[in-house]
Amino acid sequence: MMEQWLESTPSWSNIALFFGLGALLLAVVLAFVTYGILAERKVMGFMQGRIGPNQVGGRFGLLQTVADVLKLLLKEDTIPKAADRPLYVLAPIIAFVPSFMVLAVLPFTDAFRFADIGVGLLYYIAVSGLTTVGVVAGGWASNNKYALLGGMRAAAQMISYEIPLVMSALGVVLLAGSMNLVDIVAAQKDVWFIFAQPLAFLIFLIAAVAELNRTPFDLPEAESELVAGFHVEYSGFRWAFFMLAEYVYLFAMAALVTILFLGGWHPVAFLGWIPGAVWFALKFCVIVFVLIWFRATFPRVRADQLMEFAWKVLLPLSLVNIVLTAVVKAWFF
Amino acid sequence: MSNIYANSYLIIFVFLCLGVLLPIGALTAGRWLRPHVPSDAKATTYESGNNPFHDSRVQFQVRYYLFALLFVIFDIETVFLYPWAVVYDQLGLFALVEMIMFIVLLAIGLIYAWKKKVLRWM
Repeated sequence: MMEQWLESTPSWSNIALFFGLGALLLAVVLAFVTYGILAERKVMGFMQGRIGPNQVGGRFGLLQTVADVLKLLLKEDTIPKAADRPLYVLAPIIAFVPSFMVLAVLPFTDAFRFADIGVGLLYYIAVSGLTTVGVVAGGWASNNKYALLGGMRAAAQMISYEIPLVMSALGVVLLAGSMNLVDIVAAQKDVWFIFAQPLAFLIFLIAAVAELNRTPFDLPEAESELVAGFHVEYSGFRWAFFMLAEYVYLFAMAALVTILFLGGWHPVAFLGWIPGAVWFALKFCVIVFVLIWFRATFPRVRADQLMEFAWKVLLPLSLVNIVLTAVVKAWFF
Repeated sequence: MSNIYANSYLIIFVFLCLGVLLPIGALTAGRWLRPHVPSDAKATTYESGNNPFHDSRVQFQVRYYLFALLFVIFDIETVFLYPWAVVYDQLGLFALVEMIMFIVLLAIGLIYAWKKKVLRWM
């Protein structure tokens, strides 16, 4: 279906069609964010021996996040006098837009996908890097010491962990022989890359957690020392867009890990009668659960350990992984 | 083929528009709904209850820039490595040896930075 539309001549009706489908995906992502946050609070509650949200929207707190969003919408919007006003207003938008743009290349199943470009993986990495600009701009424009420190830390962390992230994905590209995410999934028909590239998977997962600024790598927003990091001065819906960007990246990153390492929509062995979309959703949920589990389990690392871990452990390991993969491929294939 | 290419980038453009429209729409809707009662106290910079003093945009530690430079170097390395990985099957042994030399050269650079204590944060 999508293929047919992709092959048709570009026209205004195509734009309208893509706009409708994109809006549909946006609705799906917003629903994911709403219930992802609830799931995170519930799961963390159970892991810590609490029950989590259980008041708003029935016994399971099903409307808790909806209520939170509505509350944010009604909050007064303050912009500090000392802040750089245009940049301050622009920063949440700069942070949010790339997080939604990266979703354009992710194939969810062989029918439900959007753009089909040859440089899919590179596009994802390049565009997701733009969020750093929004974060630094927010920190700098606030003209607040906590915010500036948080923004600089966030930038240092995001660029440091981008290198191992990119380098570990190279092993997958080597095996698949393509950067197109659809081709990468197709190459995993028999063996998922988590088994062919276990080291790359580990590095990628660790670097992904750091890119998402989640515990144990949540230093940019270390509540205990920097109050809230780069978004100290933000309130109401502007703040909500920083948070939204973070959770949309959670969605995108979990989907990307599923695509790169867990075989996308390919079923396990003899269970082929279950549709691909269900498989994708299952693997996706496992990754999201693991990320929540990390958050409930690990303590925050120290700033110096954080940076040195990226450059002294993950980067050399990912270089070794690339050379090993290339040599093994030259020898045996 | 060229239609797929054009349509794909059209989709990306549509996603860009949607990504810009959502914040603008939500913030505009919020403007009609939220209260607006500004005061001087609200507009001061938050510094844990102290009166804010001088500008926060001071000189910053040089270490951040060193890491940024390292990032640029290794990011460019990946830009070279990606096309190599894609066409690896057609290139043969020569390209493998070339690339290993390239990676080793950059690894030497990393070791040099390590020995010079650039990678130390504190």
